[in-house]
Amino acid sequence: MAQHTIHVTINGTAHEATVESRLLLVHFLRDVLGLTGTHIGCDTTHCGACTVLLDGEPVKSCTVLAVQADRKQVKTVEGLAENGNLHPIQQGFWEEHGLQCGFCTPGMMMTSYALLQRNPNPSEAEIRQAISGNLCRCTGYVNIVKAVQHAAANLK
Amino acid sequence: MIPAAFDYHAPGSLEDAIALLEQHGDEAKVLSGGQSLLPLLKLRLGWATQLVDIGRIPGLEYIKEEDGYLKIGGNTREAALERSDLIRTKYPILLDTTLVIADPVVRNRATVGGNLAHGDPANDHPATMLALGAELVAVGPKGQRTIPITEFFKGLFETALAPSEILTEIRVPSPPPRSGGAYRKLERKVGDYATAAAAAQLTLGKNGKIEVAGIGLTNAGPVPLKGTEAEKFLVGKAPDEKTFAEAARLAARAASPTADWRGSVEYKREMARVMTGRALAAAAQRAGGM
Ligand SMILES: Cc1cc2nc3c(=O)[nH]c(=O)nc-3n(C[C@H](O)[C@H](O)[C@H](O)COP(=O)(O)OP(=O)(O)OC[C@H]3O[C@@H](n4cnc5c(N)ncnc54)[C@H](O)[C@@H]3O)c2cc1C
Ligand code: FES
Ligand code: FES
Repeated sequence: MAQHTIHVTINGTAHEATVESRLLLVHFLRDVLGLTGTHIGCDTTHCGACTVLLDGEPVKSCTVLAVQADRKQVKTVEGLAENGNLHPIQQGFWEEHGLQCGFCTPGMMMTSYALLQRNPNPSEAEIRQAISGNLCRCTGYVNIVKAVQHAAANLK
Repeated sequence: MIPAAFDYHAPGSLEDAIALLEQHGDEAKVLSGGQSLLPLLKLRLGWATQLVDIGRIPGLEYIKEEDGYLKIGGNTREAALERSDLIRTKYPILLDTTLVIADPVVRNRATVGGNLAHGDPANDHPATMLALGAELVAVGPKGQRTIPITEFFKGLFETALAPSEILTEIRVPSPPPRSGGAYRKLERKVGDYATAAAAAQLTLGKNGKIEVAGIGLTNAGPVPLKGTEAEKFLVGKAPDEKTFAEAARLAARAASPTADWRGSVEYKREMARVMTGRALAAAAQRAGGM
């Protein structure tokens, strides 16, 4: 079976690993590196629970090969908090109760993080459009949108 | 879900990619954004033992106007179309199209070239490119050739591309003044493939009559459909409601959709009619004619 040595920077830390060609990025993060904050919710590229940033752009890591991340930067939900302090996005989900079971939350936060980097002042419509590839099965989107608005206000 | 084993190659140039494709023949597949190919491999509906990733080949991601064409590099991401001022201001039909393809996260990876090369009649760019009269540039072992979009779609998931050819550029003729186009899609939810969708591109003459008309339908048959009869009917007519109603009827008549969980044949044909009518009205408005 074809193996490749890859170099990936994840949340600022350089990793070297030898992986099989067919290993998916989500499995590399979860099973090889133990970064289980990134979830698998569907396997069909629909739910967005597996969303991470690849060179700054949100992608569904269940539909990217680990080898495709070679020499790239990956940011996962574990990379949001700094020095034990929640990131304003995480704070927003906390304050506005933007979750129930929390399963979709890491993906929601990574997509929102990328949105706020690109557009610090999104309208409600822009927030809803940005997270339209992230499905929440429990809480509905009202509080999630409020959470992103809370984060936007605090990031200013 | 885990794909069956394959080997992965990341060539740094087009020449190397083509050589790899030639070497491995039928065993090999081009990997671009992977948003159609990887799901198929994961479900084990598709098969390849060699993946040739063209994502690291420089120079295949661009959107520019040159020599009377809008030129889109084969590896250009859908997200790049969305963010392009040129597309937003001059080619709103392409913005309409990209905004209804999958969802924003998928669009960060999915490419315009991959959308066409996949040969899926449910994909949205084919209809738009049919309406726009695009040409596709392919590079293979024998060099470069240009394929008119009308000769590109051969069957379900089958295109005119040879196994060792790579789609490198999409060329859309820059529309003359008084032109406009639009794409209208009925979908069950964000990111779903079309129940029915239609693209329309119109150019009006100085007398206000339709001079050029392009119509394409999504998911209306085993291949993306060009509304030839409706296009012919439109030329020389005034861009009004009555004309568009008849053109939409003609376009839908040519449709041969398949019944599935999105609806029956009759319902889909009816929706193809409605979408064509809406696309034509929006196209005419953008062309300044209604
Ligand atoms: C959840 C979800 C929803 C989606 N919804 C829609 C939708 O509503 N409408 C829509 O149009 N699409 C939809 N898509 C498909 C998505 O847009 C595809 O990713 C896209 O059509 C294919 O582009 P890609 O770059 O990902 O191609 P890949 O998946 O990399 O490749 C697809 C096929 O094309 C071939 N190929 C790719 N690039 C080239 C090239 N340059 N030269 C030669 N061959 C090439 C590959 O070998 C493969 O056979 C959806 C995808 C997902 C995951
Ligand atoms: S697990 Fe990747 S999109 Fe659902
Ligand atoms: S909080 Fe449960 S899926 Fe969103």
